Amino acid sequence: MTLDRRSFIKILGSASGVALAGCAGAPSVSSGSAGEIMAKTGRRVIVIGGGYGGSIAAKYVRMLDKSIEVVMVERNKQFISCPFSNFYIAGITNDMNALTINYDRLAANHGIKMVYAEVTAIDPAAKTVVTSAGTLAYDRLIVSPGIDFRIEEIEGYNAQTPESIPHAWKTGAQSTLLRNQLQSMKDGGTVIMSMPLTPYRCPPGPYERSCLIASYLKQHKPKSKLILLDANPDVVSKKPLFTKAWSTYYKDNFQYIGAKKVTQVNVAGKSVSIEGVEDFKGDVINLIPPQRAADLAVKAGLVGDDKKWCPVDAVSFQSTKHKDIHVIGDATALPSDGPPMPKSGYSANSQAKVCAQNVVNLMNGKEPVEFSGINVCYSALNEHESVSVANVYAIKGGKIISVPNSGGISPVDFSLTKAEHAYAESWLRNILTEMSS
Amino acid sequence: MKQCWNAALAAGALAFSVSAQAAPPTPEMISFACAGCHGTNGGSAGLSMPSLASQSKTAIVDAMKKFKSGERPSTVMGRLAKGYADADFEAMGNFFSRQKFHPTMQAVDKAKVAKGSDLQEANCSRCHLDDGKDGKDDTPVMASQWLPYLQMQMDLYQSGKRKMPEKMAEKVKPLSKEDLDALLHFYASVNK
Ligand SMILES: Cc1cc2nc3c(=O)[nH]c(=O)nc-3n(C[C@H](O)[C@H](O)[C@H](O)COP(=O)(O)OP(=O)(O)OC[C@H]3O[C@@H](n4cnc5c(N)ncnc54)[C@H](O)[C@@H]3O)c2cc1C
Ligand code: HEC
Ligand code: HEC
Repeated sequence: MTLDRRSFIKILGSASGVALAGCAGAPSVSSGSAGEIMAKTGRRVIVIGGGYGGSIAAKYVRMLDKSIEVVMVERNKQFISCPFSNFYIAGITNDMNALTINYDRLAANHGIKMVYAEVTAIDPAAKTVVTSAGTLAYDRLIVSPGIDFRIEEIEGYNAQTPESIPHAWKTGAQSTLLRNQLQSMKDGGTVIMSMPLTPYRCPPGPYERSCLIASYLKQHKPKSKLILLDANPDVVSKKPLFTKAWSTYYKDNFQYIGAKKVTQVNVAGKSVSIEGVEDFKGDVINLIPPQRAADLAVKAGLVGDDKKWCPVDAVSFQSTKHKDIHVIGDATALPSDGPPMPKSGYSANSQAKVCAQNVVNLMNGKEPVEFSGINVCYSALNEHESVSVANVYAIKGGKIISVPNSGGISPVDFSLTKAEHAYAESWLRNILTEMSS
Repeated sequence: MKQCWNAALAAGALAFSVSAQAAPPTPEMISFACAGCHGTNGGSAGLSMPSLASQSKTAIVDAMKKFKSGERPSTVMGRLAKGYADADFEAMGNFFSRQKFHPTMQAVDKAKVAKGSDLQEANCSRCHLDDGKDGKDDTPVMASQWLPYLQMQMDLYQSGKRKMPEKMAEKVKPLSKEDLDALLHFYASVNK
């Protein structure tokens, strides 16, 4: 007897409540198949993306209302964290094990149904999601797909460019490539880092990376140097802390240059160009291109007039473009008064909970609840010191604000850097445990 | 009707906003945001981040107030506490004190645990009741708390940066560094 796709999935689903591991590669499904899988019986929320936002949204919907079925669609069976990937790139840690989670315990503990497949389209009218494993119907959809790159804004950059000039702005093979390039570079070489204009994923991330790479060079390649080309006119995150770290620890091998927007890359010649008037040549180049919401969000018409980010309501995170679709995490453009919530893992985690709570309330005909959220980003300055920025966010007049007279950055005298380094490691452990159990 | 909010949203079609109609944040909404550091429902996965699950309500409210005023030193909690009002602290205290106890099952030194067990009887048990499982009023639950966290806090007490309750100071002062370390191993080891 052969099983058709649907009964195959049902059997897996009922056997464990975990379900569908490996479905993307299962027999009898042609890629892009539009046939429905897992026919919807009760009320269902589909979550696209199992990263910092999606895993938490899926979990909290189930924690808040077990009568709502949650299906999470994610292309990878394992998720590798960007936070702390700079430690790996700079040779402080030697593998990505501590950064890697899977979804087995999360799915089993909360009865979340996993579909490992690529989402290729969303049909907001039919309320379906088209995946490489088949089509799924939803009542409400939560999308947390992260970012992709605006490579068209850099002349000479194509799909193959990252194979020799890594961005390492998504963790995995890209991180290993940059790490290996740094390790095989001759002493005396020059490393060029280039970072885009805001908004981009993780405002302090490039500065943290510059510190850790500079620290690596100082210890292992003392004749080498690192130049950070910032497209922004000035340091955009934790400025007093990073400028102090650079001038205290890395003044001999590091140079920061603001207002240097890379517009062209020469892959063969290993150089980047600023508006065609100035070239920087590097033995290793880490070019972080400008960003936008992930491809899927663009394809599904969730991005706004800027064609980059997804406008949403600040309470429910419902898209202003399509009804019953909610967007969270890096992909969003939140209505904000004052400095916006940074595109960070902590922000995505916090937004996911607000979104989950209000999706459940809306599905139960209950009043939505106002946003209350937090962002904290830790950044390492070297292998034993870290600093942070922290803020509490609330709603005012339909916009997200940072609560006045609260939050801010760590003390600039570096009196707490060692304690914060320990707490930063604990933060990673806790947030990844939250996502995976 | 059950779907009234959906209907209201549908009526607003595309450029709608539900913000104007939203209720103030619930205790859950406020407290969920803490879990990115302290673990889901306040059960910390370690190693130095303290668990809040089943912590005494008064201890939480008291800690938050002291973080906010700066009376209790902190790396990050002071900056966060300033973003909330007293009513929010009550909500957090209610939420976390009602969560299930979170056994950390951490590695501890058996000899130190045994020594600490003896020492706490005479020195600490008057306030840290029932092997640190019972948090009465502003006395925090210490059972199963992460050891590196307890050690960092004891260092803050010893350096004078965090102020000890006077009666606790009377008991702590005469003890050696080794005695105190044993005591903390003991509290960290209490999993039930
Ligand atoms: C170097 C670096 C350091 C950082 N450090 C920190 C830090 O210390 N603290 C912090 O808070 N943040 C940090 N960040 C930022 C953090 O990584 C992001 O903000 C966070 O990952 C955003 O969460 P998200 O859910 O929006 O996207 P992601 O976490 O990227 O998740 C998106 C998920 O969606 C899946 N997906 C996308 N499209 C599809 C599709 N079509 N079909 C199926 N699945 C799909 C992806 O596979 C992925 O798993 C850092 C980032 C970088 C690059
Ligand atoms: C960025 C991570 C982070 C976030 C977010 C966070 N905390 Fe903390 N918390 C800490 C750290 C670190 C400590 C130790 C004190 C310090 O150094 O700030 C702590 C200590 C505490 C303590 C003292 C525990 C004890 O046993 O004495 C309480 C209570 C507390 N936090 C409550 C909260 C609440 C409530 C929230 C949410 C509003 C919250 N925390 C959010 C990191 C965090
Ligand atoms: C008179 C009552 C009393 C006695 C005796 C006492 N304590 Fe405490 N302890 C407290 C109170 C109250 C607090 C919280 C005070 C604060 O805000 O700093 C506390 C806090 C602590 C903390 C910090 C816990 C945390 O979560 O931050 C540690 C560690 C601790 N005590 C250890 C001890 C040890 C060890 C002893 C015995 C040697 C002891 N205490 C004896 C009342 C007491």
